[in-house]
Amino acid sequence: MEIVVCIKQVPDTTEVRINPETNTLIREGVPSIINPMDENAVEEALRLKDKHGGKVTVITMGPPQAIDALKQTVAMGVDEVFLISDRAFAGSDTWATSYTLAQAIKKLGKFDLILCGKQAIDGDTAQVGPGIAEWLNLPQVTFAVKIEVEGQSAKVERMLEESNEVNEIPFPCVITVVKQINEPRVPSLKGLMRAKKLEVKTLSAADIEANLDFTGLKGSPTRVVKIFAPPQKGGGEMLLGTADETVNALLARLQERKLV
Amino acid sequence: MDLRKNPTEAQNFKGIWVFAEQREGELQNVGLELLTEAQKLAEDLKCEVAAVLCGDESIEKKVPELFEYGADKVYLVTHKELKDYRTATYTRALSDLLNKYKPEIILVGASTLGRDLAARMAIRTNCGLTADCTALSIDPDKKILRQTRPAFGGNIMATIISPNHRPQMATVRPKVFKKSKAKNPKSGQENIIRFSPVINPEDLIVKVISIIKDESVKVNLHDAEIIVSGGRGIGDPKNFAMIEELAGVLGGAVGASRATVDAGWISAHHQVGQTGKTVAPKLYIACGIAGKIQHLVGMQGSDTIIAINKDADAPIFKVATYGIVGDCLEVVPLLTKKIKELRG
Repeated sequence: MEIVVCIKQVPDTTEVRINPETNTLIREGVPSIINPMDENAVEEALRLKDKHGGKVTVITMGPPQAIDALKQTVAMGVDEVFLISDRAFAGSDTWATSYTLAQAIKKLGKFDLILCGKQAIDGDTAQVGPGIAEWLNLPQVTFAVKIEVEGQSAKVERMLEESNEVNEIPFPCVITVVKQINEPRVPSLKGLMRAKKLEVKTLSAADIEANLDFTGLKGSPTRVVKIFAPPQKGGGEMLLGTADETVNALLARLQERKLV
Repeated sequence: MDLRKNPTEAQNFKGIWVFAEQREGELQNVGLELLTEAQKLAEDLKCEVAAVLCGDESIEKKVPELFEYGADKVYLVTHKELKDYRTATYTRALSDLLNKYKPEIILVGASTLGRDLAARMAIRTNCGLTADCTALSIDPDKKILRQTRPAFGGNIMATIISPNHRPQMATVRPKVFKKSKAKNPKSGQENIIRFSPVINPEDLIVKVISIIKDESVKVNLHDAEIIVSGGRGIGDPKNFAMIEELAGVLGGAVGASRATVDAGWISAHHQVGQTGKTVAPKLYIACGIAGKIQHLVGMQGSDTIIAINKDADAPIFKVATYGIVGDCLEVVPLLTKKIKELRG
């Protein structure tokens, strides 16, 4: 089976802060990583290939440094990678990003399965996977925690709020995965060697025949007009003393608030 | 619709719509919360609020409840294939409704269902979509929707607009707004607009084979007034029994940190935080949870937060209403015991 996985290089969000004076992001010294759930998507693609044969292609839209993320997936064992990169893509929101990735997938050929992480940890929108499906007019299953391929379709268990739901979906289709689906493998030495040598192919807006009205900032319906630091809570009360004393103090306060 | 290409169209998009999510025929709270919030936005825009209800024929019985919570109109979208949510059928029905009646704004609850649906609808109807908003307002000059949401794992907040596209679409986090009944509710057939979508065979190719219930979920985290959560600090998976006991005594739900879910101590349906659920109960008791930003972003909207942790420097204390520095294994059972005594 032919699988394409869409990944995103993201800042390690635990370390992104805002400069309170300028209200801008402090990006210096913040490491870039593969979005964790996208790594799960790559792992799932590799497992499906191990079982059913075929080929795994990974694509990402981003600036040239996103090559590092692609190379990491090569080290994990994927067959081919493409960087989708062009100045015309800068400032894309989820609408323009899903258009651009869908356009690249169309140009790369026929795939049975398109895999994405459920959401990226920087934007947390979970909108790009379904967006790609809509652009390609394909069925989708989101939040997958288990994928079993049977011939030309897949049985997919998806994680909902309080239960899981098993869907049957025919290929070609789009599936987004959650973290619980697998544990990504550690790159092999052979994989690392191959990644090091590999010349990553880049596809520009012209290469994927993108409509420039649909890409980048121009193609993005949404605009970020303000960013700011979240309001700090705080001003809480520490209850001191022995366990017995603190629990009594806590109970008194909870009773005051009519919570017990 | 891109107004830059259709500049005269803006005036044809009117009113605020709320997607009234239903599951197994029951209206979900988030839809009612959004009806309440939509009324405030409608005052600024001087427009009407409409609820959109999708289901099979039997769903009509829920229409009065939508008027009760402030809908001026209800779009009743019925088809036998709309009984339960499916991505393709709902996207078809709602996109067709949207294209026909042209709302200025549409708000959808940021549940798994809502986020699955809105993401697809935004592409089909060519409009901007902002995910998982926690605050909404109307720009007083431009009369457009200002949508505020956390990003970068909760480290920053961003305010987003969709100036040139209609409708303006947002998914909104459950429990951010409080639902309340309207003072002068509307009613009557004249305020119900019926819509029968055409469902294509291609919309039915994804089949639901089965639902796997998680027996460990006794109380739904989203609706719980009280949540007791356990983290690594409880020391051992078997100590979730103590968390469950306290939750049981309080009639609350059991939550968990990502670390405990990743370690396999408890199922992922319990996870609170960035990659789990966002909750905002009246009372949140964090037991042995350090309070990484990814956890805090999922629970700091709770009214009262109690943190119990051995480490006095744990970040959880920064958001706590009451903090106890101590061993959960000692404090939690004692708290459970004393609550039981209190109740005789």
